[in-house]
Amino acid sequence: MENKADVVIIGGGVNGCSLAYKLSKKGLNVVVVEKNYLSSGATGACGAGIRQQWSTHENASLAIQSVKMFEGLSRELGQDIEFRQGGYLIAVHDEKEMNQAEKNVALQRSLGLKVDILKPEEITNVVPILDVQGMKAIGATFCPTDGHANPFRTTFAYADAARNLGAEINTHTTVMNLKTSKKAIRSVMTDKGSIQTDVVVNAAGIDSKTIADLVNIKLPLTPFRKEIMATERLQPLFEAMVISFKDGIYFSQQKEGQIVGGIPIPEEKGGYKTMPTFAFLQHMARTLTRYAPALNHVNLLRHWTGFYDVTPDARPILGEIKEIKGFVQCNGFSGHGFMISPMVSQLLTDLIAEGKTSEVLESLNLERFKGKNIEKELSVVG
Amino acid sequence: MKRSIVCRCEDISEEDVIHAIDQGYTDIEELRKKLRIGMGPCQGRVCIQLVARILEKKTGKKVANIPLPTVRPPLIPVSLGTLASEKDGK
Repeated sequence: MENKADVVIIGGGVNGCSLAYKLSKKGLNVVVVEKNYLSSGATGACGAGIRQQWSTHENASLAIQSVKMFEGLSRELGQDIEFRQGGYLIAVHDEKEMNQAEKNVALQRSLGLKVDILKPEEITNVVPILDVQGMKAIGATFCPTDGHANPFRTTFAYADAARNLGAEINTHTTVMNLKTSKKAIRSVMTDKGSIQTDVVVNAAGIDSKTIADLVNIKLPLTPFRKEIMATERLQPLFEAMVISFKDGIYFSQQKEGQIVGGIPIPEEKGGYKTMPTFAFLQHMARTLTRYAPALNHVNLLRHWTGFYDVTPDARPILGEIKEIKGFVQCNGFSGHGFMISPMVSQLLTDLIAEGKTSEVLESLNLERFKGKNIEKELSVVG
Repeated sequence: MKRSIVCRCEDISEEDVIHAIDQGYTDIEELRKKLRIGMGPCQGRVCIQLVARILEKKTGKKVANIPLPTVRPPLIPVSLGTLASEKDGK
């Protein structure tokens, strides 16, 4: 392992790997340290969706710019990341939700996004298998350029491209400690040796809190266990991701043909428990077959758990910590780290390689939790 | 050229596995995510032992020391209708 680097990235998920690629492209000497294998955390367990329909300006603009980058990513990385734009259909169930949907659509349109409000009878034009009465929808919003990509393939493609540019990616390597002096990062100690560096990026998902604890920085992150399932492969039935904030359900059909989706269990609380539950399967099966009765006879193959690293305002923590020079955060994605990873890694690359900051980056700094007025992201699902 | 199928669910051959290992995917979970082995209806009952042997041959890691990938419930496919109609249980 290298004992010196310009930047050490802790965490081999999609954000860590895409940042490794972009920093290497800038000519920086990058080392990634991952305690398990690449995509072993939230990235590998996620629902694969890419959505631009958000309620806050930061999330919406990060997602819109990310989609533009996803569009060219397979070509740029030289590997197919299975990016498809089938749209996201967000069910609207009552007047209150419709009011919020109208506000969201106005914000999204002001950022240049094409997004429509659908009447109930228009819903099945987009997703024919839906039962509009069963799902109790009074309408929906639909953005045709939302979509999916394969999170494993995306992460591996970034990692391969980063390696080709000279980055060193160490899997099965655990960070033991961070050394600082004069309020600046000096080195990273791992179980395989130590690495001298001025910049450490904390992209460790739910373990980011533990990493920050090493230098006495308290991150307001709470792990939330989420469950998700996959069915057997089917012929192509629909292209859009269907989601509902009220029911918490989301599901889509992947390129290989399986339907992948999740829903929160009503009594679930924060914590690190990983065992999947029968309560999830039942709740998911009941809600999914209520939304799409035709799926009654479809077999469910597998279900698994993953974690959201949730912040008090459901927006990520990005950028350099004020107290420690060179300690950069890239965590707190609250369930949507995959879909905004292209833009997040771009902003952090601008910061680390060129010292350039931006309005979005500033507004997502840890500092915001010290103030009183936090704008919370409302459009969270799963 | 003869093509030996390792994973029938996802149509993955011995050559596909060897190629992925050569690319640096030497963790069984990584291979699973790269190639989708063990993600089909059999959940690895057919392929994982074969993949573990190829991995042993290529890397020298003993089969006994290669962990099984995480097993995901339910162990056999169950229809959504059956799960939805089951009485409440925790």
